[in-house]
Amino acid sequence: MNIPKNLLYTKDHEWVHIDGKIAYVGITDYAQHSLGDITYVQLPKAGEEIKQASYCATVESVKAVSEVYAPLSGRILALNPELVDHPELINQYPYEKGYFFSMEFSNESEKANLIDASNYERYIEGISK
Amino acid sequence: MNFIPHSKQEVQQMLQVIGVNNIDDLFQDIPATLKPKSFNIPAAKSEFEVTQILYKLSLRNATGLVNFVGAGFYDHFIPAAVDAISGRSEFYTAYTPYQAECAQGWLQAIYEYQTIICQLTGLDVSNASLYDGGTALFEAMMMAVRHTGRNRIILDSGVNLIYRTMLYTYTLNLSIEFVEIPVVHGQSSRQDLLKHLDERTAAVILQNPNFFGAVDDYSDLVLSVHKFGALAIASVYPVSLGLLKTPGEMGFDIAVGEGQSLGIPLSFGGPYLGFMAAKNELVRQMPGRIVGSTVDSEGKRGFVLTLQTREQHIRRQMATSNICSNEALCALRAAVFVSLLGKEGLRELAEHNYQKAEFAKDQLSQISGIEVKRSSPTFNEFTVCLSRNADEVVHRMIEKGFACGFPLGRFYKGMDNYLLIAVTEKRTREEIRRLVDSLEAVL
Repeated sequence: MNIPKNLLYTKDHEWVHIDGKIAYVGITDYAQHSLGDITYVQLPKAGEEIKQASYCATVESVKAVSEVYAPLSGRILALNPELVDHPELINQYPYEKGYFFSMEFSNESEKANLIDASNYERYIEGISK
Repeated sequence: MNFIPHSKQEVQQMLQVIGVNNIDDLFQDIPATLKPKSFNIPAAKSEFEVTQILYKLSLRNATGLVNFVGAGFYDHFIPAAVDAISGRSEFYTAYTPYQAECAQGWLQAIYEYQTIICQLTGLDVSNASLYDGGTALFEAMMMAVRHTGRNRIILDSGVNLIYRTMLYTYTLNLSIEFVEIPVVHGQSSRQDLLKHLDERTAAVILQNPNFFGAVDDYSDLVLSVHKFGALAIASVYPVSLGLLKTPGEMGFDIAVGEGQSLGIPLSFGGPYLGFMAAKNELVRQMPGRIVGSTVDSEGKRGFVLTLQTREQHIRRQMATSNICSNEALCALRAAVFVSLLGKEGLRELAEHNYQKAEFAKDQLSQISGIEVKRSSPTFNEFTVCLSRNADEVVHRMIEKGFACGFPLGRFYKGMDNYLLIAVTEKRTREEIRRLVDSLEAVL
């Protein structure tokens, strides 16, 4: 299971890449693997305000439909334009071409609610057992 | 035999197990103000008494009238094959027949129905049907609200008042803002519609032909609607689509309508048929069921419910709609009806309707006391202005054996002398001539 060290994670299996005031958001390798082939993703709208831990996107796979929750509060900057026609990018490159959107996050302290790679690794090991 | 499944003792036993004294205790959370004081149920009657009461009630129906009433529901001929096929027990007795393992026939029938609706409307996807034209229109409106993230609806008052009322009722506790645009001389006012279009508008809702029978090509208006990022929704009369430009050709995003005219008999309160078709990009906003075609493990073609994940039986809190069923039997009738007619037959049917209505217009305009409104083309229904109150005329005409039309004053203020007349393929020249003669005598 690929869990990059430089990212932060949620227990709902979202990842965040923080670059200054901007955060890039996607779902983890574990998440895409559990969902199976992803067929559709419904993204929020650019400019939309989202709140940490609230619903912000939907992922539909051949097995299930899952909600994606915002890892941080803030405003959506841009959506990954490739995902509409190529949702399979989430399966293929969950941490790169399969990212969901970029956002400007508004509350630095919310980072404390996220976990780092080693904690996330332990967390999913716990689930798998 | 006792038809009540639980005896008093059984009920007592169950109450004891859960630790309450009587059934009313289970409903104590409902405020007393919301509880009816009485259900006002009369004393029981014997089967014979009930039969007599209902028989007497049925005698109050005006039957055998020559029907020129439309107003959204039309008196079309239904070939016997529609009853014969849809009445087969494989179809007739099935309930929620969606289990792919044992309902391939039904699923295929609904798939064919969906194909027919797409071809009729000129749009990409159809669902497995909805309850009636009004619920279909409400669902279409909610699709636009979800898709655009906006809540303002521009509603043309040429849309059937029954449907407009349904939209208002359904949205009573939702934050939807309606702007109703009055018709001008029985036509939708482009000027007024365009004036109200803005970036907050989720959808513009139009009807074609509109309630007054006016046929329009809304292509230009749809273009303007799209410029504001809003959706264009059309409520349409399916039989007219045999002849008229389709909603798809006009650029509409969603088309809905009442499918009763496709092989379903007229009856008070239905069951009727709501149909809905939309552009492909809206498929995930579509309510209800969609049957899709696929291949099984042996590579053979099969049919399944598709995109079910959006439905309330899987994710209730995230479902696109509360619609969790469809009108399978009525949809089947529509599919059989259209299949029997075929492409040519549907066109011929539409032409008969159009031409008979034109014939009636010509005949009616020759008598005094009637002015046939000719400000726009019509399909099989048109508005006339009478020299006296249309409601009174309708009642006098019933005595002469005619349901001569729908008095527009019932739905529109200041139109007491206006009558809406529908002429389907079932009306003969002789019946039309008799209608004209009788109207002349009454006026």
